[in-house]
Amino acid sequence: MDKRIVNDFSITVGTVNGSGSSTANNTILRALFKMGIPVSGKNLFPSNIQGLPTWYTIRVNKDGFVARHDEHEVVIAINPGSFARDLAEIQPGGAFFYADDIKQPITRTDISVYPMPIKQIVREQVDLPTNLRDLVSNMVYVGILAQMIGMDLDKILAALTFHFKGKEKPITMNFNAVKAGAEWAKANLEKKDPFYVEPMNKTDGLIMADGNLAAALGSIYGGLQFAAWYPITPATSVAESINEYLPKLRQRADGKHTYAVVQAEDELAAIGMAIGAGWSGLRSMTSTSGPGLSLMTEFAGLAYYAEVPIVVWDVQRMGPSTGLPTRTSQGDLTFVAFMGHGDTQQVILLPGGVDECFEFGWKALDLAERLQTPVFVLSDLDMGMNQWMCRPFQYPETSMDRGKVLWEKDLEDLKGIWGRYQDKDGDGIPYRTVPGNKHPLAAYFLRGTGHDDYAKYSEEVPVWLKNMDRLKKKHETAKKYVPAPVLHTTKGATIGILAYGSTEAAVQEARHQLNVQHGIKADYLRVRALPFTAEVGKFIAKHDLIYVIDMNREGQMHQLLTLEYPASATRLVSVAYGDGMPASAKWVREGILAKYKRPVATKKPDRVKKTGTAKAAKKAAQAKPASRSRKAAVTSSKKKVVKKSSASKARK
Amino acid sequence: MTETLPMTGANIQVNAVGLSKNDYRGAPSTLCQGCGHNSISNQIITALYEMNITPDSVAKFSGIGCSSKSPTYFLNRSFGFNGLHGRMPSVATGGLFGDHTIKGVSLSGDGDTASIGMGQFKHAVRRNVNMVYIVENNGVYGLTKGQFSATADVGLTLKKQGTNHTMPIDICMEAIAANATFVARSFAGDPKQVKELLKAALSHNGTALLDIISPCVTFNNHENALHSYAWGKDHEAPLHEISFVPARDEIMLEADMQEGDIREVQLHDGSTIVLKKIDKDYNPTHRWEALKMLEEAERENLLVTGLIYVEPGKPSLTDTYDLVDTPLNRLAEADLRPSRESLDTINAMMF
Repeated sequence: MDKRIVNDFSITVGTVNGSGSSTANNTILRALFKMGIPVSGKNLFPSNIQGLPTWYTIRVNKDGFVARHDEHEVVIAINPGSFARDLAEIQPGGAFFYADDIKQPITRTDISVYPMPIKQIVREQVDLPTNLRDLVSNMVYVGILAQMIGMDLDKILAALTFHFKGKEKPITMNFNAVKAGAEWAKANLEKKDPFYVEPMNKTDGLIMADGNLAAALGSIYGGLQFAAWYPITPATSVAESINEYLPKLRQRADGKHTYAVVQAEDELAAIGMAIGAGWSGLRSMTSTSGPGLSLMTEFAGLAYYAEVPIVVWDVQRMGPSTGLPTRTSQGDLTFVAFMGHGDTQQVILLPGGVDECFEFGWKALDLAERLQTPVFVLSDLDMGMNQWMCRPFQYPETSMDRGKVLWEKDLEDLKGIWGRYQDKDGDGIPYRTVPGNKHPLAAYFLRGTGHDDYAKYSEEVPVWLKNMDRLKKKHETAKKYVPAPVLHTTKGATIGILAYGSTEAAVQEARHQLNVQHGIKADYLRVRALPFTAEVGKFIAKHDLIYVIDMNREGQMHQLLTLEYPASATRLVSVAYGDGMPASAKWVREGILAKYKRPVATKKPDRVKKTGTAKAAKKAAQAKPASRSRKAAVTSSKKKVVKKSSASKARK
Repeated sequence: MTETLPMTGANIQVNAVGLSKNDYRGAPSTLCQGCGHNSISNQIITALYEMNITPDSVAKFSGIGCSSKSPTYFLNRSFGFNGLHGRMPSVATGGLFGDHTIKGVSLSGDGDTASIGMGQFKHAVRRNVNMVYIVENNGVYGLTKGQFSATADVGLTLKKQGTNHTMPIDICMEAIAANATFVARSFAGDPKQVKELLKAALSHNGTALLDIISPCVTFNNHENALHSYAWGKDHEAPLHEISFVPARDEIMLEADMQEGDIREVQLHDGSTIVLKKIDKDYNPTHRWEALKMLEEAERENLLVTGLIYVEPGKPSLTDTYDLVDTPLNRLAEADLRPSRESLDTINAMMF
C-alpha cells in the first residue's frame, strides 16, 4: 500500500431488495456527511418488494463532486445473486468485502479481498433476539467498513440516533452490532487497500434530504390547501410527506383543518379533484410519474384552456410505458411541454437540486395562481428519492401571490362589470372569481368548450381566435414570472453547456474534468423553466457550440430549443443518453468529447452582447441564490483541485 | 352582501329569500323540443326556488353529453363547472372543498355515468360527496346521434346500431352496492315526483343519487323501449306518493293519508320526506330490501320510482375532514403559511 486515497472514492453495497439494508446504507451515508465529507447516496433498486438484487452506491468526494461514480472502488457484497457481477465490476486496486457464507470463487488478484463472518459475529451478540438477527446483521458490515476506512463510530451513533428518532432500544441494538463488526475487523483484518476517510468541514451548514420531501415541504410553505394523489413510484413519497408534515405544520388550537388531502381512485380522479379545488380557489396540487401523467393528459388540456390554476409534480421515471419504474429519467419533457390535444403550451419548472425542489414547491403555487394555468414541476427519481446534501430550505422571500381574484368588494367597485376571460390588463391573464362569492354577478360557468370573454359558449370564429391568441400571449407573459436560468461562466470558455434538472452535479464535474483533463473551457447554463426566458436565447447567441445535456434518448431539451431557436439549430449539439441510472460525470464528459468540434474562432459575438450576457449572469446569480450550495462547494474546492490535479490524474 | 338583482315592477312573486323564479333560471335550452332533460331543469329551478336556497350556495357540475349541457339552462347565478366526459364526480369532489357550505347540483347522463364515468361515479358515491347527483338516463348517446349506452335494455333496436344484446347496468343498484346514502329513481314525465325527490335530495347531507328516466325524443322513443315516454307512463310503479316537508315547518299530513300508511324519513337538516305506501310495506332505510325490490321490479318488468334507499346521518366527505368554519378559499396567508421558526426546526431536523 504505497499511496493513501483519502475522501475520493465510491462505496457500493450489493444486497437483496427488502433485506433491511437501507438503514445500514443510510447510516454509512449520514455518518460520512457528519464527518464533513461531501457525499451522495443512490439507491439502485428493482421494481420488487423482496428478493431481487439491489445496490446502494455512495460517493465520497473531497472536492464536492457528488454525482454517481461509474467506477466501484469499495464494494460490499452480501448478495450471493449479484456476487459474481459485484466482483467483476470492481476497479483494479479496489477493496472487496464479502459475507463469508457466500461460497463462490474469487479469482481476481488485483484487488484487496476481505471476508466478513457476519453470521458468526451476530451469533456472538448474546443479547440479540433471534428474530432481529437478520435485520441487525447489516450493521456488522457498517462496523467492519468503519474500522477499515476510518469512519468515526460516534458519527455512526449520531446517524442511528437520527434514524431511530432517539429510541434507545433499537439504537443500542444496532450500534452494538456496529461495534462488534468494528472490533472483529480490528482484531482480524489487515488493511491492504488505499481507501480512507478523514474528517473535513465541507458539509458545515448543509442539510441532507430527498427531493420528494423537499417538494412536499415547499408546497406546505406555499400554503397548500388541497392535494389529491394516487400511489405511484417514484412520486408516492411526495404525498406521503405532505400527509406527514401538514398536520404538524398547520396545527390549530381548535384542532380543525385548513387543508384536505384525498387519495384518489386513479390519476384521472386525482387531477380532476385537484382541478376542481383549484377552480374553487384553493392552492391545489397533485403528484405523479409517467404512467399517471399519461392518464392526466385530457385534464391538463382542460386546465390549460379553461385556465384553472393547479400544480402537478412529475417525479420522472424511465418510460415509455411501464418502462423501468424504479429508474430515473428526464423523458417527460416534450410530452409535458405540449400536454393536451390541440394547441397546448404548458408552463414547466425544472428544479436542479433538493433545495430547489423546496423553492419550486411554493413558487409553483404562486405561479399557477398568477398565471391561472397548470404548472408542472419536473423532478426525477434520482432527485426525488435519493438523499442529497443541500442548502437548508430557505423561507419564501415573498408573500403568497394569489393572482387576479375578485371578491364581493372588488365586484362592487366594478359595479359587477367583468368578464371571466377578458384581457383587461393586456397581459393575457384574465380575472377570476371563486365559488362562495356572494355578489349576484360573481358566478360564471366554466367550460372546456369554446367560450367568449364572459365564459359563454361560443363557436364564433373571431371569438375562438381571440381567445387562443390571448392564451398565447399569456404564455409569453409567463416568461416574466418563471425562474431564470443559472449561468456559470469560465474565463476563456469556448463552448457552452446547457442542461437542466438532476444532471447538475454530473455536469459540474464533467465541466471541471473537461477543463483540467482536456483543456476545454465551458460556460454552463442550467435552464429552470419553460417557456424559455431571454437569458436562454442570449446564451445560445453567445456561444458557437452549445452542448445540450439530456437524460433521455431523444434529446428532448435539444428538440425544444431547436423549435424555439430554429436559426441557431446547427449550433445546438445534442448529448443525450438515458439508461435509468443517475447521471455520471463520465457520460456527460464523454458525450461531449464524442461530438466535440473545436470551435472555429472566426465569428465571435461582439462586445455589446458579451456585456449583456455577463449582466444577465450576474442578475441570475443574484436573483436565485438557491442553486449556490453545490456551486459554492465546487468553486471553493476548484482551486485546490487545480493544484492537486496532477496527483488525481495519476491515479486515473 | 347577499344582494338580489333589481326587480322590475313590484308584483313579481318572490320567495322567502327575496328572489324571483327568474333568479334561478338559466339560458334558453338548446336541447331538442320535448327532451325530458328540459323538464328536469325546470323542476330543479322550482325545487330550489321553493326551498329558498340562494343560487350562491350551490355549485353546478357536469360532464359531457346532452345531460351535461343542461346546467347552462338553469341557475345562471350559480358557479358551474362543465368538465370532461365521465369526470364530473372528481371535479365536484375537489370543487366542493373551496367552500364547504356549498352544495353540489351535478348533472350527468347514462353514458357519462354508467360507461366512461362508472369508476368516478361509484367512488364519489362511496365518499359521500355533498351533492345531488342527477343521472338523466335515456339509454342512448344523443350528442353523437344515437348509439347504445350501458343502460340500454336488451333487445332494443336502434336505426344504425342494430339490436342490443348486452345486459343493462342498473344505476341505482350500482349506487347501493357502492354504499350510497341516498338513492332514488324517477321519471321525467312525472314532474311532481321529480320535484319532491329533488327537494329531499337537496336536504340530504352527502351524495343523493337521482336516476331519472328521461326519454330521448330523437333517438330512443320507441313505444316498447324502457326509456320511452309511452313505456314509462304504462309501467311506472311508484313506490310511494312522496311529499317533502322542509325543516322547521310543522309537519302537516295530507287529509287522505291514513295512519299506518305513511312513513316519515327524517333527513339531516331536520326536514322530512313523507312516503305514502302504494301496495307494500317498503322500508327505504334497509339496504337489502332495496336491492331485493330492484331485482324483483326488473323481473316483473316494472319501472319502480321513488325513494329507494336512504341512510341519513352519515357524514359527508367534507364533514369527515373537520374543516375550519371559514371557507378554505377565504383563508389568508397567515392561516396557510407556517412560520419562519417552524422552518428552522425543520432544517435542524434534516440531519
